[in-house]
Amino acid sequence: MLRHLDEELKELHRDILKMAVFAQESIFKSIESLKNRDKALAQDVINTDNKIDELELEIDDKCIDLIARYQPMAGDLRYISTGMKINAELERIADIAVDISQRSLELMEKPLLKPLVDIPKLSLVSQDMVGDAIDAFIKRDAQLARKVVLDDAEADRLRNLVQDELVSEYLARDPQTAERAVALLLIARYLERICDHTTNIAEDVIYMVEAKVVKHHPEELK
Amino acid sequence: MADIRVDNLNLWYGDFQALIDVGAHFPEREITAMIGPSGCGKSTLLRVFNRMNDFVEGVRVSGQVIIDGQDIISDKPDLVKLRKNVGMVFQRPNPFPLSIYENIVFGQKVHTEGLSRSELDEIVEDSLSSVLLWDELKDKLRRSALSLSLEQKQRLCIARLIAVKPEILLMDEPCSTLDPQATGRIEELMRELKNNYTIIIVTHNMQQAARVSDNTGFMLLGELVEFGKTRDIFKGPKDKRTEDYITGRYG
Repeated sequence: MLRHLDEELKELHRDILKMAVFAQESIFKSIESLKNRDKALAQDVINTDNKIDELELEIDDKCIDLIARYQPMAGDLRYISTGMKINAELERIADIAVDISQRSLELMEKPLLKPLVDIPKLSLVSQDMVGDAIDAFIKRDAQLARKVVLDDAEADRLRNLVQDELVSEYLARDPQTAERAVALLLIARYLERICDHTTNIAEDVIYMVEAKVVKHHPEELK
Repeated sequence: MADIRVDNLNLWYGDFQALIDVGAHFPEREITAMIGPSGCGKSTLLRVFNRMNDFVEGVRVSGQVIIDGQDIISDKPDLVKLRKNVGMVFQRPNPFPLSIYENIVFGQKVHTEGLSRSELDEIVEDSLSSVLLWDELKDKLRRSALSLSLEQKQRLCIARLIAVKPEILLMDEPCSTLDPQATGRIEELMRELKNNYTIIIVTHNMQQAARVSDNTGFMLLGELVEFGKTRDIFKGPKDKRTEDYITGRYG
């Protein structure tokens, strides 16, 4: 039996997907701006953020409205509450893309410190994770969501690699490189944070699909 | 123990099987809500607990229902005693056409002979106090119970049960004739009462079941499809049929 609520949930779903596309684009553009020293792209990420913030508020309002009018239960309740949380995570991810863009703009003012190797790798991991988490949400695929949670370890590993290299090769040796090395360090940290937010999304998806809380309960992942 | 343990319970009205292999444990001093579409057997189950189906012609029951260590199906309990211990509140409040005072002491007079006037007064005050009616009605005890509002009548019917000191209260849609405010107040009363009584409520109002109960059972076509903690059932039911019903997809 098709319910009126289903129509409204579809609309909510479309909005969350729109939010996801915005966030994914922001990460992609911020990294491209860093790799290609592209000012316009970095600026584009910063300018889009307002639109993303507005959409976040709109989605939040829609969710609260649905809860108030329908008093949803079971799967509906889990979908809407998860939607609200994913919405907040996506907005944070877009904010972090702004941070990356800002660091990228700062770095463009100075000569290249080193060819980027591990940061692009880390950015690929983070973009794949975000893509998979969104896919898991769309397809209600708890298995894919579990994979995302497990992928986070690779992001941590790459972040440490970048950090070790920047500290030992640059910060410890040449104070002149400190500003650029710290900016790159921050970018690695930002990318790793994106993966953490993405892990949260994946954990929320598992809850939505299976009503099982895996957050802070890694044993539940099995 | 004022819990109810049900095992392999089957009930037929003639050829029609209204309860199919029902098994559940209704914990002591908790509220258990029974939900399900009309005709699913939830009221029939409730009526098994104080043997009210005995009045129905052609009824047949098998299985076990253990209350206070006694199987009320096979042990042929004293029905007056059973119904004193397991009281029922109905959909429409049904006070006797007597005074408020007489409504409360009516059951007492059946169960205990020779109570003094002051003992009866005390029972009336205690019973009306426990349903939060005493302050409102203490000066109107000689008035006809039929002059009360619907909510007051329902409270009075609960007080009338409490007066005979039962352990278990069965409530069959107790708020269905009440407005939302009165419903809210009866729900508050139920929360108070569960400190002393085991309560089983049949309700069509899913939100009410979610708000007021500790446990929920979902019935469909005579079967108990799912039974568990209310907080689990309404967030993540295990059976698709429960999910469909509580999210309004059933039918």
